[in-house]
Amino acid sequence: MNVPAAWYLVVAALLFGIGAFGLLTRRSALIMFMCLELMLNAVNLTFVTFSRTMSDIAGQASVFFVMVVAAAEVTVGLGIVVAVFRRRSSTSVDDLTELKG
Amino acid sequence: MIATSYAAPNIIVFFTSAILILVGALGVITVRNPVHAALSLIMTLFGVAVAFIAQSADFLAAVQIIVYAGAIVVLFLFVIMFLGVGHDSRSDVEPLVGQRAFALVGVVITIGGLIALMASSHWVTGATSVSGSLVKGNGNVKQLGTAVFTTYLYAFEATSLLLVIAVVGAVLLARRERATTPEAKEEVRS
Repeated sequence: MNVPAAWYLVVAALLFGIGAFGLLTRRSALIMFMCLELMLNAVNLTFVTFSRTMSDIAGQASVFFVMVVAAAEVTVGLGIVVAVFRRRSSTSVDDLTELKG
Repeated sequence: MIATSYAAPNIIVFFTSAILILVGALGVITVRNPVHAALSLIMTLFGVAVAFIAQSADFLAAVQIIVYAGAIVVLFLFVIMFLGVGHDSRSDVEPLVGQRAFALVGVVITIGGLIALMASSHWVTGATSVSGSLVKGNGNVKQLGTAVFTTYLYAFEATSLLLVIAVVGAVLLARRERATTPEAKEEVRS
């Protein structure tokens, strides 16, 4: 017998929660991007698990597109981090307070 | 599919991947040094790849290693070392009072809600698949390719456009302005 799909879903939920906690508490923009990757991977794992459970290839195709979007997002995000670092000499998101009301 | 006829190897593979995923994820959010966080991220990505292989998503596991661990994490490490970001010395400072406690409560509620949802609902919706059922066994690469290049062709073309836009945007964002070249170079060094 196979491992039940629910086990993988629980692992994915925990991974999503850990990523969300890191995104909410860490201050460095680079670490926040890594936490975003964790959350995207949790969703990918859920997609693949449901793809196996429902015997449908569409879940795996969705993971393919999520990966492409994640790559594009990291490219642009790290470009923004480099541009911000050039002005502020810091990657901490707390320094970006110019839009404070 | 010899492996599916035995229960124990599957369970061992599951727990290996789960430990890799969760230990790596905890490392990402707790470690001070960004380089160590990136290495923990690789650990998590490998764990997810193992979980993909265990669920017969071979192509995605290969892409996971090549694209995530091979390209994205290298990009992270490149930026970390390019900027010379050291230890996150102010990670103990809480700019908002009780931010960690609120974040913890919110995350626990989220995880609990997800697990409760999984436990209480059943997944068969009655909707029929638009792209065909999954072939059991190893080698769903052909099937995934067929789905991507027929059913999801427009989405696939749109992602190529998205990648071009992202590359051009990243070059524009990270481009050094001409007037500030020496100062900016010194700033990056320091």
